Amino acid sequence: MLRKIRITLAIVFFTMITLLFLDFTGTFHTYLGWMAKIQFLPAVLALNFAVVAGLVLLTLVFGRIYCSVICPLGVMQDVIAKVFNHKKNPYTYSPAKSALRYTVLALFVVALVAGVGSFVALLAPYSSYGRIAQNLMQPVYAGVNNLLAMAAEHYESYAFYEREVWIRSMPTFIIACVSFIAISVLAWRNGRTYCNTICPVGTILGQLARFSLFKMKIDADKCKNCRKCERNCKASCIDIKNHTVDYSRCVTCGNCLSDCKFDALHYVVAPGLVKSKTEAKETKNVEGRREFLVGTGLALATATLAQEKKKVDGGLAVIEDKVQPKRLTPITPPGSISAKNMAQRCTACQLCVSECPNDVLRPSTDLKTLMQPVMSYEKGYCRPECNRCSSVCPAGAIKPISLEVKSSTQIGHAVWVRKNCIAVTGEVECGNCERHCPTGAIQMVYLDDNEDNPLVPAVNEERCIGCGACENLCPARPFSAIYVEGHEVHKEN
Amino acid sequence: MDRRNFFKILGGATVASSAVLTACKGKNAQETTASQQEPPTDKMTMRKNPGNGDNVSILGYGMMRLPVLPKKKDTDPDVIDQEMVNKQIDYALEHGVNYYDTSPAYCQGKSEAATGTALSRHPRDKYFVATKLSNFAPETWSREASQEMFHESLKNLKVDYIDYLLLHAIGGTSRNLDGENLDSEETFNARYMDNGILDWLVEQKKEGKIRNLGFSYHGDVDIFDMLLSWHDEGRYHWDFVQIELNYLDWDYANEINSFNTDASYLYAELEKRGIPAIIMEPLLGGRLAKVPDPVVAKMKSKRPEDSVASWAFRFAGTPKGVLCVLSGMTYMEHLRDNIRTYAPLQPITKEENDFLMKVAKDIYDLKTIPCNECNYCMPCPYGINIPAIFSHYNKMIQEGNMPHDRESAEYRRQRRNYLIGYDRSVPKIRQADHCIGCGECMSHCPQRINIPSEMQRLDQFVEELKRSI
Repeated sequence: MLRKIRITLAIVFFTMITLLFLDFTGTFHTYLGWMAKIQFLPAVLALNFAVVAGLVLLTLVFGRIYCSVICPLGVMQDVIAKVFNHKKNPYTYSPAKSALRYTVLALFVVALVAGVGSFVALLAPYSSYGRIAQNLMQPVYAGVNNLLAMAAEHYESYAFYEREVWIRSMPTFIIACVSFIAISVLAWRNGRTYCNTICPVGTILGQLARFSLFKMKIDADKCKNCRKCERNCKASCIDIKNHTVDYSRCVTCGNCLSDCKFDALHYVVAPGLVKSKTEAKETKNVEGRREFLVGTGLALATATLAQEKKKVDGGLAVIEDKVQPKRLTPITPPGSISAKNMAQRCTACQLCVSECPNDVLRPSTDLKTLMQPVMSYEKGYCRPECNRCSSVCPAGAIKPISLEVKSSTQIGHAVWVRKNCIAVTGEVECGNCERHCPTGAIQMVYLDDNEDNPLVPAVNEERCIGCGACENLCPARPFSAIYVEGHEVHKEN
Repeated sequence: MDRRNFFKILGGATVASSAVLTACKGKNAQETTASQQEPPTDKMTMRKNPGNGDNVSILGYGMMRLPVLPKKKDTDPDVIDQEMVNKQIDYALEHGVNYYDTSPAYCQGKSEAATGTALSRHPRDKYFVATKLSNFAPETWSREASQEMFHESLKNLKVDYIDYLLLHAIGGTSRNLDGENLDSEETFNARYMDNGILDWLVEQKKEGKIRNLGFSYHGDVDIFDMLLSWHDEGRYHWDFVQIELNYLDWDYANEINSFNTDASYLYAELEKRGIPAIIMEPLLGGRLAKVPDPVVAKMKSKRPEDSVASWAFRFAGTPKGVLCVLSGMTYMEHLRDNIRTYAPLQPITKEENDFLMKVAKDIYDLKTIPCNECNYCMPCPYGINIPAIFSHYNKMIQEGNMPHDRESAEYRRQRRNYLIGYDRSVPKIRQADHCIGCGECMSHCPQRINIPSEMQRLDQFVEELKRSI
């Protein structure tokens, strides 16, 4: 019964949080946004004491039920084991790898305090799952959606619309692939090994779970030593020889309860502390996850803008893709307050990247902020009617921001690049940046104060909010003639 | 339409099709209406050219919208589906269509060769071919380049003479090689007079290389009047003139765009002089086939078995001075329907004429953008898909799906549909917000739409839609 409740809850939670990551239409985040906010590490980073206290309490009462129900990475491992591992009695008891666990936890805390966001992001379980969902599952989801959109278009329906599928950052994509494969293999062969050796949240909750009110208890009198429970425990924490359970590793899945034919196992109020074995035997080494490519360099399109003279009717000029300019300061989304706040709080879960409807947010490729979101305007710009990223962020890295405040918050400022401006190089009147600036921060002025010269944009840096409309809509390609430099600290005008 | 409705319709369609299948088993299945039969091959209405007695079919084939093969990328050049062109031309000839109108500029410059390939498979005396001395690029305005253009036309069409040769789209403005803007008279002189090419064409006619010399007209009526006055004075003789005529432009061309002239005036001027008229845009690039639903209902209740398009074709063919009505028939079903309309033509009655004039008023009141998707403006050097942007806007108006009243219950659905439909019809990087207003397109539009200002208007409209969440 306990097991069934746990499985039902796990399926509900897992499905909902996955949907939150997959949905790009902005439909679900209003209803499911809380799913991300009850995740342990984001709640700690957001200083969300209520949630942290709630989770601590939950663990102190029921044990590591969090790892079996709420944590999507944990449930994902159960799903993989269920699907791929059909062996009878697949697991065995193994002593806890405490040295590894505490070393990883210590490194993690140090990184957290020192603000090394990329290391924190690498280990945080919810973020790992987010990356997998955003990089590996969302493309599939979008692909199916696009098929439906094609069908809908055929039937003149607007029920579905097409969503472009593209890799936002190669390093993050590779990390997502590598961690997915590594975690999957571990889950397939050894159940919850990842959760009980690497995962810092698992280690912390494990310490709390030692003192939990309810625990799995083996009735040594009834136990016939058949070891069925031991060999089916995905956490490898049941030691039948000594009739003990390592509560720091037990994820309270309840599988053993239904496995036992002799009614020897019970989930009951704990009689007292049970010592867990702490033999340190380091064998596994999870390497390779930090392998990544830095600076992939977008494939530079060689096509040039077809400016040839028109002699015949019809056809479409080839449009060269825009290339990201080198920005001295990266741009972080409105609500993130400052680069520092972003670096300290963001767990790089990719939820904001999944949500961004304008293809502006993508994971950073910079080593210090690796996988944390940065903005760039090659495919779109930060539209005035949107604040979706701020409404989903569970970690307080992007704080909720109203549309009004956003439209007056300066996250960067536009810079004009003379050598790219077609008013100067091509002697064509343009002014597209001025026409599209939502704050009226651009005026058109004669170049070098000479009325014989072309009109070029003049940016009022004080009024500019850095939304990138000018950069995105500039006709100069591949590099825009006006681009946004980020600000380390945002300010409200 | 929301998701639920969509699935309902999907399901409904399945049920409906099975219902049809059952119904077909009934007794009445054998009786077919006119629209289910192949049109007759020997009933095409013919008109006589008063000048030389040419017996021309009232339906002419416009070679501007030829079928193309599917493309991998939208920037790939069009590849004409020659097999389909051959098939359609064979079918047209078989059903009495003997006038074929092309130009060196059509279909990215590939129309003439495709036309020549298809027609040369038939005896030369079975068809009349019309082509043009086109005027788009100032590079082709020199005497030598113009002569080369004419010789290329003969070569592409695989003929020794052109039956009908036109000065292309006179009355428009242009920008010359130095980037100066020329008005319509300066453009005409620079293109056809200063280089003496019109006189050269007259010589070609004397030599028999051209059988009929005329012009096609869009735009400034002063040029039209000037060329007709030359005809009156005997300076040049026009064997025919090609004008835009349909039931909307008959009285409303000038109201829609003050630069344009009502077809009723243009036609009357030609009729007065006995110059045969060739009609272009009888269907306004398909816009008169996509009329609002109430109009469709009225047309169908009057003539239940006739297509909506047939009204426009009957209107264009009714005046006695019309030699031929051109239609750019991309698909076999267009061709078949038009042949049905004209084999033979049943002229528009007085009552029907009054009805169409009321329809014209209704369509005029919709304030759609008068773009016929002729693609003369394309390619835009900045990659904007001009006709697709206009077409989406017009489609939403014609379907009664235009979001305008924010307070209305329909607004949210209409807004969503407009924006999704916009992204579907036009990729983001080819939308109106990327128009920088360079004006390169302006002189090419035969409807004289102020394209840059319309682009900015539609961009504003979309921006407001996006922001009103």
